[in-house]
Amino acid sequence: MFYRENGQFKTSYRSDQQIFPVRQDRIFIFAVLLLAFVLVPLLASDYFIKALLIPFLILSLAAIGLNILVGYCGQISLGTGAFMAVGAYAAWNIGVRFPQTPLIVEILLGGFFATLVGVLFGIPSLRIRGLYLAVATLAAQFFVDWAFLRIPFFTNYSPSGNVSVPALSVFGIALQEAIPKYLFVLSFVVIFALLAKNLVRGAIGRQWMAIRDMDVAASVIGIRPMYAKLTAFAVSSFIVGVAGALWGFLHLGSWEPLAFDLNRSFQLLFMVIIGGLGSILGSFFGAAFIVLIPVALNHVPGWFGLPLAIDTAAHIEHMIFGALIVFFLIAEPHGLAKLWTIGKEKLRIWPFPH
Amino acid sequence: MGFFLETLFGGLMTGMLYSLIGLGFVLIFKASGVFNFAQGAMVLVAALSMARFAVWIPQWLGFNNLILANILAFMVSAVLMFMMAWCVERLVLRHLVNQEATALLMATLGIAYFLEGLGQLAFGASVYTINVGMPKEPAFILESMFEGGVLLNLEDLTAAVIAALLVASLALFFQVTATGRALRAVADDHQAAQSVGIPLNRIWVIVWTVAGVVALVAGIIWGSKFGVQFTLATATLRALPVVILGGLTSVPGAIIGGLIIGVGEKVSEVYIGPLVGGGIEIWFAYVLALVFLLFRPQGLFGEKIIDRV
Repeated sequence: MFYRENGQFKTSYRSDQQIFPVRQDRIFIFAVLLLAFVLVPLLASDYFIKALLIPFLILSLAAIGLNILVGYCGQISLGTGAFMAVGAYAAWNIGVRFPQTPLIVEILLGGFFATLVGVLFGIPSLRIRGLYLAVATLAAQFFVDWAFLRIPFFTNYSPSGNVSVPALSVFGIALQEAIPKYLFVLSFVVIFALLAKNLVRGAIGRQWMAIRDMDVAASVIGIRPMYAKLTAFAVSSFIVGVAGALWGFLHLGSWEPLAFDLNRSFQLLFMVIIGGLGSILGSFFGAAFIVLIPVALNHVPGWFGLPLAIDTAAHIEHMIFGALIVFFLIAEPHGLAKLWTIGKEKLRIWPFPH
Repeated sequence: MGFFLETLFGGLMTGMLYSLIGLGFVLIFKASGVFNFAQGAMVLVAALSMARFAVWIPQWLGFNNLILANILAFMVSAVLMFMMAWCVERLVLRHLVNQEATALLMATLGIAYFLEGLGQLAFGASVYTINVGMPKEPAFILESMFEGGVLLNLEDLTAAVIAALLVASLALFFQVTATGRALRAVADDHQAAQSVGIPLNRIWVIVWTVAGVVALVAGIIWGSKFGVQFTLATATLRALPVVILGGLTSVPGAIIGGLIIGVGEKVSEVYIGPLVGGGIEIWFAYVLALVFLLFRPQGLFGEKIIDRV
């Protein structure tokens, strides 16, 4: 009844090619942005913002980055945690060695170094495909973990490999309280999500998708596999690197290489697959799912008044998490984004489906 | 030279363990096209159950015989692995037929999480030992050729013999029995196998059970050497380069790949490690596999991947 395109005529190429061609979608996105930028800072508690919203936003950003590689270009990567680590450590090193660098530049440079490493480890993708590639990208993960643990230069000779960031500020505003941090992260995520959305709609995005669907056929019609695959690795690891820098600087504050280990890579891949491969919106859904589930599972025993030992609770949480993942894969292998699309289709003809 | 040989033997022994874990991957991948990330969790659960039941069963039944306890524990654990295989087929694989490889990969990761949680919930999360009476004392060989001879761990040697026996019996099972033939048929071509009346679902249960038993043997060997604890599940990640090096579809590949990786890892750790700060064996195997893959993208013995438009 409310979600109808009737009467919305597109009279120019411009209006035909906009990101959200349906007016209701535009209103919805606007409402979400309003909610995120205005209402949440006014209403949400510090705990809610720091423990849930900021991790959710940063991981969504990382998931978008990974989704470009896995969902759009079809190259499975299990080394995402490594690229996050490169982003975080590179940004931190620049901050320590050149203290005058503005925060935004530091974070973007972190992304730049992640791009370099990402392209380097993307080169094997020109020869290796599918599951072989997935395991090969683990090389990046283990190598980077090792490098930050064992090469003291990267951690500025701190003995444990633990690094911490000094007080942050941007444009003279201190980023100590929850709300400024949240707004800073949110702006980053919104800008990058828009950029990503536009990239995958453009020529390069269509090349990635052609490579994903069948790389031999794509090269026959004149798409250069090397260019397409390496740009996907570059763009993906740039976004992931920026997310890593944000994760280290604004969420953790101080961290060690373990913060970006293999589990992080798996977690991000879960987000992408549960959210929906090849969907920017899906990355947000997936991140919300993975961030919220453990928190929710933590609280469930309390609701039923069951006193569980911490380790028992942790094991049960592990089990439920695994079972839920399998359940979602069976229920909807195309991810939450597909459910969203189905919902929209249904809504179009609601309440008279015939 | 003696030291080099020692390193080499050490590597071969570790490689044998990697081969065993890699074998589990290959069996399942061949039969169901699933890259089974839960193999590590299966090793963990199998080893935990072996370690615990070997203690519990004598307590329950009130006898004190190490060999009998171990045999019973092994049988109980094997039954447990069969139950796990049946559940996996019933609850997961059956519903995910014809899905993309990534979805299946993620599903096995979910299974891995589940098994890790379940195993530790049921059997406890502390460090356990498995005592199957493996000889612990070292032995020296080739004393006539080198001064002091070459130190060889009898435990490793026993483990290698067990692994070799397991591989041989598996090969026999695959070549001779009717079930083995059916398994090979499914591995070759799902549709053709199904059209001549081979029940895919039962084959999957069998193959996951076999992989579970292989995981059990790997878990026992690994556990009696280093103790059973949670790191067992992640230690199997070290065996991943083995399967891509040898080829995901090749059983001999898993074995030879395992030996190459085992030796490469040890030799590099001893000779290159000190130059760059040590601990390189974790990524060296992966880089080694990566270099091999650049020349043979389907692994050393994998089937050639042919793309047609």
